[in-house]
Amino acid sequence: MQPLAFFAIVTTLFPLSISPELARLREIASGVLWVAALLAALLALEFLFRDDAHDGTLEQYALSGQSLTWLVFAKTTAHWLLTGVPLALMAPLAGMSLGVPYAALPGIIVPIALGTLVLSLIGAIGAALTLGVRRSGVLLTLLTLPLAMPVLIFGAQATDLAIRGASFAAPLYLLSALAVLGVTLAPLAASAAVRISLE
Amino acid sequence: MFRRSIQAERLQLWRGERLVLAGIDLEVGAGEMLQVTGANGSGKTSLLRTLCGLVQLEDGRVLWAGRNVYEDLQAFHSQMAYLGHEPPLKADLTARENLQYWVGIRRPLGTADITAALERVGAGAWGDQPVRTLSAGQKRRVALAGVILFAAPLWLLDEPATHLDAEGQRLVGTLIDEQLSSGGVVIVAVHQDLPVRSTEPRRLELSAA
Repeated sequence: MQPLAFFAIVTTLFPLSISPELARLREIASGVLWVAALLAALLALEFLFRDDAHDGTLEQYALSGQSLTWLVFAKTTAHWLLTGVPLALMAPLAGMSLGVPYAALPGIIVPIALGTLVLSLIGAIGAALTLGVRRSGVLLTLLTLPLAMPVLIFGAQATDLAIRGASFAAPLYLLSALAVLGVTLAPLAASAAVRISLE
Repeated sequence: MFRRSIQAERLQLWRGERLVLAGIDLEVGAGEMLQVTGANGSGKTSLLRTLCGLVQLEDGRVLWAGRNVYEDLQAFHSQMAYLGHEPPLKADLTARENLQYWVGIRRPLGTADITAALERVGAGAWGDQPVRTLSAGQKRRVALAGVILFAAPLWLLDEPATHLDAEGQRLVGTLIDEQLSSGGVVIVAVHQDLPVRSTEPRRLELSAA
């Protein structure tokens, strides 16, 4: 639950530190929400494989005779359901404190839900590679951040368009394309990374 | 022709700058048991993990039933049970739930099968408590129950009798006896002999390189 608390704290601090004027907050709302969501998702990535690596169950998954790719995909999806979806559901509340109109709320929930899915998938690769490393947080962030940039750009654009009352279909399609790319390729890469870490 | 045997040829493994395995050869057939001994740090665990196909070798190969295991790792793993130093159990699940997921991922499993395996290792009374409340010996017994349920022809066990009392040690010996008499292959890494009655185990002594 730490990532959610982080997200709530960060988004709450902006209205306090910048200005209570909703008009001004609305300008930066999309950026604030997305940076906070990205950082929260990166925080959450650390525990994707950590417990399983410590108690030896990850090794048994790799030795189960089943496709490790599918198992990693299942784990990543579960991780998204536990971290990304709650983030997407909490984001509208943070958005409202930043002056986002009600009509724009779907433009927050849907892109963040999709964006966190992509982050979980792509982040799984970095999380698997940094399994044996102590205090892997910084290394994990460095590995995942470049790949997360498109998510941030398209997602923030989608939310910004929604706040202005325009259609946000275009960046949403691009986010969906990223999600499809992530779903098809990321579990393959992540399962290879898991095998490397288990050596 | 189907031959149940594991062979290793010229295994060479480096860990960083250390040569851990230097040209190991072995062959263990159906109904045979190999005991790997050696001082701490001599590479027993590394050898077992290499035989599992978990580690990339610098040189050499591992064969199961005459085929290189790397050609089809999944098929090899479905015939193999590996138990490491620590029992691979999730602390917040009960012993029964652990077995349900750990073994259930490999093959369909009924409640009766799990109950029978838990009874076999003496875990009937505490099989439904969370694993974090169990002692090291009890966790080891649950891990052994999992190995039984795998029903795999090849067993690779890393110090299977640690933390077990005298009765537990006899249990390990009996389980290995049963596995061998059904034509299975067993390789164990141990510090002292296991009470196995059906056969005289072959031995491999590793020395720190």
